Amino acid sequence: MSWNTFTTVAETKKALDSKQVSAVELAQHYLSRALSLNKSLNAFITIDSERTISEAQAQDNRRSKGDVAPLLGVPIAHKDIYLIDGWRTTCGSKMLENFIAPYTSTVVQNMANAGMVTLGKLNMDEFAMGSSNETSYFGPVKNPWDLSRVPGGSSGGSAASVAAGLTPASTGTDTGGSIRQPAMFCNLTGLKPTYGICSRYGIIAFASSLDQAGPFAQTAEDCALLLNAMAGFDPHDATSLDRPKEDYTRDLAKPLKGLRIGLPKEFFGEGVASGIAKAVEDALDVYRKLGATTVEVSLPNVKYSVPAYYVVAPAEASSNLSRFDGARFGHRAKEYDDIIDMYKRSRAEGFGAEVKRRILIGTYVLSHGYYDAYYLQAGKLRRLIAEDFKKAYEVCDVVMGPTAPEGAFQFGAKSDDPVKMYLNDIFTICANLTGQPAMSHPCGVDKDTGQFVGMHIIGNYLDEARMLNAAHQYQLATEWHKAHPAL
Amino acid sequence: MSQWEIVIGLETHVQLTTASKIFSGSSTAFGAAPNTQASVVDLAMPGALPVMNKGAAERAVKFGLAIGAKINQRSIFARKNYFYPDLPKGYQISQYETPIVEGGGLTITLDDGTTKFIELTRAHLEEDAGKSVHDQFDNASGVDLNRAGTPLLEIVTEPVMRSGKEAIAYAKALHGLVRYLDICDGNMQEGSFRCDVNVSVRPMGQKEFGTRREIKNLNSFKFMQQAIDYEVRWQIEQIEDGKKIVQATVLFNPDTGETRAMRTKEDAMDYRYFPDPDLPPLVVTDAMLAKIKNEMPELPEAKCARYTSEFKLSEYDARLLSQDRATSEYFEAAVAAKADPKLVANWMLGELSAALNREEKSIEESPVSAHQLAGVIARIGDATISNKIAKTVFEALWSGEAKSADEVIEAKGLKQISDVGAIEKIVDEVLAKSAAQIADYKSGKEKALMSIVGMVMKASAGKANPAQVNEIIKKKLS
Repeated sequence: MSWNTFTTVAETKKALDSKQVSAVELAQHYLSRALSLNKSLNAFITIDSERTISEAQAQDNRRSKGDVAPLLGVPIAHKDIYLIDGWRTTCGSKMLENFIAPYTSTVVQNMANAGMVTLGKLNMDEFAMGSSNETSYFGPVKNPWDLSRVPGGSSGGSAASVAAGLTPASTGTDTGGSIRQPAMFCNLTGLKPTYGICSRYGIIAFASSLDQAGPFAQTAEDCALLLNAMAGFDPHDATSLDRPKEDYTRDLAKPLKGLRIGLPKEFFGEGVASGIAKAVEDALDVYRKLGATTVEVSLPNVKYSVPAYYVVAPAEASSNLSRFDGARFGHRAKEYDDIIDMYKRSRAEGFGAEVKRRILIGTYVLSHGYYDAYYLQAGKLRRLIAEDFKKAYEVCDVVMGPTAPEGAFQFGAKSDDPVKMYLNDIFTICANLTGQPAMSHPCGVDKDTGQFVGMHIIGNYLDEARMLNAAHQYQLATEWHKAHPAL
Repeated sequence: MSQWEIVIGLETHVQLTTASKIFSGSSTAFGAAPNTQASVVDLAMPGALPVMNKGAAERAVKFGLAIGAKINQRSIFARKNYFYPDLPKGYQISQYETPIVEGGGLTITLDDGTTKFIELTRAHLEEDAGKSVHDQFDNASGVDLNRAGTPLLEIVTEPVMRSGKEAIAYAKALHGLVRYLDICDGNMQEGSFRCDVNVSVRPMGQKEFGTRREIKNLNSFKFMQQAIDYEVRWQIEQIEDGKKIVQATVLFNPDTGETRAMRTKEDAMDYRYFPDPDLPPLVVTDAMLAKIKNEMPELPEAKCARYTSEFKLSEYDARLLSQDRATSEYFEAAVAAKADPKLVANWMLGELSAALNREEKSIEESPVSAHQLAGVIARIGDATISNKIAKTVFEALWSGEAKSADEVIEAKGLKQISDVGAIEKIVDEVLAKSAAQIADYKSGKEKALMSIVGMVMKASAGKANPAQVNEIIKKKLS
């Protein structure tokens, strides 16, 4: 067979299209790998082989009837934040430990329409709140490269599963870096598209104005193929962008000559591990060799990203998570005195510490008398940061820098210090605050720690095709993305 | 009591007539089995998102245009956060800082004919909550989310009313207007039109407002009047007893006729309002505005003016007939059926109105249609029946005995006797038995004539043409 565990989505598609392998064979292969390796990695929360095989069979049937859907039979695993009708959907929380989704999210439906087969539901930080996957009620996901290290978060299972070859690709969500940081930690390519490109309908909300769905894969080309399937206007999401479908693969082959890369000095200052800075510099040399030019830019307000984020995200979360009250679904305390007591106990029992912390922060910043000082100010900062980028794009096409200031860390290294944990997202958060597309691709190793380094590309609104083109050309010229862990 | 001034402001929740909910596709129809009209959005399932129903925005704009308000072409939805069993998301989507409609007002007419302009503060769109059901289960309450997400327009006045009567007149005028505009069915029993009344009192001449209490959820004009009367008396008594009014939300109990505090300001909730990130600003485009302006129906004020000028109705009658849409439609339908406008007005405000009141029916439920009434009036006009017989015909139509005035007249033989010979015959018979009355009449007692006419009418079973009877008697006695 011309495919193996680490065959890319693009190659798997070819193998399927040329009937070298069937959807059922692929599903069986990855399921058996997932079932055996999940014990050590804990990347999946739910595997339902029967359901998966029947989905795969259905996609094979489509093919036999002459259907030519673009990703017919390609396996995919979904972060357990996406609702899929009939599948347990936990969001990494005790609150939803036994919640069976009554409908399917638009993104998953779009991918199923494109022919993809669901392998299972992936572990994540509880309600996507975390940067290390340590907040999951179902236990932490292990980094397949080093089981003593975190895979990143919140989409830790999404990253670990692809890196370990339990699935050719996965979905994640990114509210402050939850796709890009784990992509870096696990040596993958991950993309957070422009806000509004992928419908949020059926994705459990963390911070509505920041949440965005996106793909994890080994390559930029795969991300482009996956985004083609995921994206599209959805009348069920009022923040979904109503625009024609586009082909995100269209510019992959373009040479990079003339690409202007902006390098914000704020992304290369203190706080960035020197090994990471070095790897990024080396990667930029590759880009220059491919014909790109670099120019220093300044994003003076980007330093306010973390404080602005930790007002906006908890504020929205505190409200979004109110629906988990034990009344209609989810965890309900066994004993309670009255309705208020039922709410209190159900929520106290159902939510973990990090979720509670953010609900408290969010409730506080929205309280009477504080709203103006926090939420309103944070909104102003979001506009200022967006202005900075707008100005930068006058002299560059994309902005690059390291995805995170340090690589995959040991379990427990930051779990006692939330602020330290929050600072790991210092470079990624700005793209969520502004809604711009951003991605991370493998670009080497931090020589001091041996951990992977991600190149962070931030683009102008709707400029995914150009960013994917840049990353793809880089990947044609380099081998970093081809490394796989020995398991 | 005269040294106290009453200050009243109203907040009215008007349920809009969209077929589906404000943020989901579920039906808004009343009375379905519990939770059968609740989608994943209404149930606040994880991942479900609201999408604005444009129809609700159009209705709000229509209202704004009708009251001469400023339409905010970019208004903002906000979340009002609190926990309650009938509020599945844990927040209500409403409008807070930037409502769709600001300002404007409407003119009310009081019983004595005086008018007053009531300024509105704002009108904003929001979703209704579900309903808690406490009497269906042992030891548990149920929640019905059919109503959750029903579109509401909350219409808020300035504190400009100075009596319960003004408040009722305003509520009635608003009720008429929203039905006129066809943006609300006005059904108060089903909760389509509910008022919260803010009441305070202050010594006459004092500039500052007194402390207000808000009477929640009044769904009949009668209860509103009772509640305000009680509340005003209670507040004045409190103050006169040297007590302070504490700002509070109160409920009116129709059984006792009293108001009772639900919660005071001390335990007022912090709703933590913030703009709903799931909903972009609600934009009313110029095109949408122009389209709605074009489709505006003729409003009560304009109609009233037209009734006085075109049909020569009195100002009072014109106002009554134009006040609500169904009444004006009935009037215009009868006039369109060629009935004399003044007679239609008299009949509607007399016989018809009395019959409707007697049976507590709305004009839409009138058993006598505008067309049937026009038929009755036509037969009066062509002297087929007298006014008095017309009432018999009307009653017959009301009870459903026949389909048209002509049918009743035919079936009951009510056709007026206008044949001179026939009337003279009856007159002669009556005169032969009325020597005393004839003597009285001849001695100058005009009343005696009326008595003779009455006897003739009675003898003819009311069918003789009264004018002719009068004339013939006078001639015979001259």
